[in-house]
Amino acid sequence: MSNSDAINGSGNGRVRTMDIVNKGLAKRYKRERRFRMMGLSAIILSLAFLSLLFISIIANGYTAFEQTMIQLDVHLDAQEIDKENLAAANYLGLIRTSLKKTFPDVKKRRDKRKMYNLVSPGASFMLQDFVMRNRHEIGNTITIWVPADDDVDMLMKGNIKRDVPESERRMNDMQLSWVDKLIASGQIKKVFNTTFFTAGDSREPELAGIWGAACGSFYTLIVTLLLSFPIGVAAAVYLEEFAPTNRWTDLIEVNINNLAAVPSIVFGLLGLAVFLNFFELPRSAPLVGGLVLTLMTLPTIIIASRAALKSVPPSIREAALGVGASKTQMVTHHVLPLALPGMLTGTIIGMAQALGETAPLLMIGMVAFIVDIPGGFTDPSTVLPVQIFLWADSPERAFLERTSAAIMILLAFLVTMNAVAVLLRKKFERRW
Amino acid sequence: MQMTAAEQTAEQAEADMKQEEATPEETVKKSGKRKLVAREERATVGEMAVENPRMSCRNVDVYYNFGEKKAINNISLDIGRNEVIAMIGPSGCGKSTFLRCLNRMNDTIEGCQVKGEISMDGKNIYDKDVDVVPLRAQVGMVFQKPNPFPKSIYENIAYGPKIHGLVQNRDETDELVENSLKRAGLWNEVKDRLDQPGTGLSGGQQQRLCIARTIAVNPEIILMDEPCSALDPIATAIIEDLIDELKQEYTIAIVTHSMQQASRVSQRTAYFHLGDLIEIGPTDQIFLNPLHQLTEDYITGRFG
Ligand SMILES: Nc1ncnc2c1ncn2[C@@H]1O[C@H](COP(=O)(O)OP(=O)(O)OP(=O)(O)O)[C@@H](O)[C@H]1O
Ligand SMILES: [Mg+2]
Repeated sequence: MSNSDAINGSGNGRVRTMDIVNKGLAKRYKRERRFRMMGLSAIILSLAFLSLLFISIIANGYTAFEQTMIQLDVHLDAQEIDKENLAAANYLGLIRTSLKKTFPDVKKRRDKRKMYNLVSPGASFMLQDFVMRNRHEIGNTITIWVPADDDVDMLMKGNIKRDVPESERRMNDMQLSWVDKLIASGQIKKVFNTTFFTAGDSREPELAGIWGAACGSFYTLIVTLLLSFPIGVAAAVYLEEFAPTNRWTDLIEVNINNLAAVPSIVFGLLGLAVFLNFFELPRSAPLVGGLVLTLMTLPTIIIASRAALKSVPPSIREAALGVGASKTQMVTHHVLPLALPGMLTGTIIGMAQALGETAPLLMIGMVAFIVDIPGGFTDPSTVLPVQIFLWADSPERAFLERTSAAIMILLAFLVTMNAVAVLLRKKFERRW
Repeated sequence: MQMTAAEQTAEQAEADMKQEEATPEETVKKSGKRKLVAREERATVGEMAVENPRMSCRNVDVYYNFGEKKAINNISLDIGRNEVIAMIGPSGCGKSTFLRCLNRMNDTIEGCQVKGEISMDGKNIYDKDVDVVPLRAQVGMVFQKPNPFPKSIYENIAYGPKIHGLVQNRDETDELVENSLKRAGLWNEVKDRLDQPGTGLSGGQQQRLCIARTIAVNPEIILMDEPCSALDPIATAIIEDLIDELKQEYTIAIVTHSMQQASRVSQRTAYFHLGDLIEIGPTDQIFLNPLHQLTEDYITGRFG
């Protein structure tokens, strides 16, 4: 009692306490404001950088979603095309004949070659495709839009400047005049670039697409998800709920934490040594890529899942055990459902990492130049980030915009994945 | 020496207690008409054994943190059939710890070790071949902190019976849920919102939900750790009636901080003090004529 008197005093002592509180109040609020300002500015700063990044990528890349096309009138000479063997016909010759008709004044051999290069080398394949689908047109003259060469495309998009001296331009004045003539006659236009979304890689920018890499990424991630999520969750559940604490489990825990910090290229080397050299799995395959990325993402998933399991209050476990649930029932009926949102978050972080990973995939040959769209887990393929890396490395100006476009696709992939994760989390999360 | 103690007057005994110092010759002394065992004595006084016990504990020691901390010290105690035994004692004296030994709930605490023998119907429940799942179905527990599942009220009650296969279909489950909630005195408050989360109930409602959940499994022995700590007098009365009703068939061990409750519901009372079982005996005797000085201090509110 004498003690409390000394602290509070009596009557006016209470007033004094209030005075002390009030005196410190201004300082406390100031500190609080400062803290809030710091947080706010950090968020604004990061948002600014993020938008800067997005703006620069979109500004660089949006043109890739358009492609310049050239209209050609091609006479499908019945004598040139063998109806029994459509593939053997000289479609390139037909295209060239058509171009010659469009520009009849070009006589010199060198100029002719330049003229032929107005359209993409892919034009003859397009024509062949058209003929195969429309046999009845053989003998007629048809109108077909074929992709323009990437230089023409760049010119149309303003990336080749007309005002620089001819010697420093990729296209000379004569080529410009041909393009002008096409523009005047309405035989050239920019259309939505479907090729970019449907084709695999190509040496020709106008024929290159992201679909091959997207498929590769998809197959790789499927393998990664199917392996790493169940294994990771099972490992976490075992370590957290069932394993005894002893030197072995300590050792395992330390090693898992260490693995999370191992540079990803090391996993690539491991994959090369184990999966390719020892198990002789196919090179450049999404299967192997998925295995390597599984090794890489497992520690992330295990650590996140264990944290999620740890955060389930012990009283829930006691409640379940108290009514006579077995340990497994306790885990599957009560602990796992509560931990699942956290586990999903960890998995998504791991998958996002895996989606953006390049280094370990280089080691197992997924960096190869692959034109075909992969149709399965063992087909050679590449993945989105590697495709971006390959295009960023290419000298053609047209690949520059495609690099940015591919980055946009990668980001879209990521955003979709995150959105799915958020939805799943919402679905599983119990807010009570 | 004993003669000197006997000659002491009641006033002198009071004065001694305030001084809180005792000489060995005061081990047994007279306070008023009664002889009280001195505070320093830690051996259990009173009759701990009963005939044909339901559960029987012998020389139980409990350690926490891998033996670092001893929470229970050499406790021997029988729990009879169809009796309500109350456990009282100051906070931190080991009541919950002891109660949790009886259905091996302490197994879940890492580093908790139980020594000695605890048997149920003559079978040591700490034997290697004992399966804790049926044990816990048989020995139900209401925890000190209400811990409803983060599921609906209905699911909270139905979970136990479902996993044990006590109910076959929806109708049976509905009936059991309703019945359990009614017995715990919660039905009227929740009957319109059985699909709502059990964790959204008030503290007292959660406590009754947990009681309903425990009795839904129909255990033979029920361990209740302060089941009424958050309840108003009306709800408390409902629970006490429930205990009265349950004891016809079952055995109940209840921890309580309310002396009145202990005297109302229990036949025998055990007084714990810092890990020791100080006194055990018929409830009337404990509250009217305690044998141990510590018990007397506690029930008269003189405990410091
Ligand atoms: N999980 C644990 N780990 C370590 N020590 C513990 C643990 N649980 C309880 N103890 C200790 O054991 C002793 C007895 O605790 P217990 O919970 O049994 O007390 P209690 O009698 O139930 O108290 P209350 O009336 O406050 O509930 C206390 O000193 C406590 O600190
Ligand atoms: Mg307790």
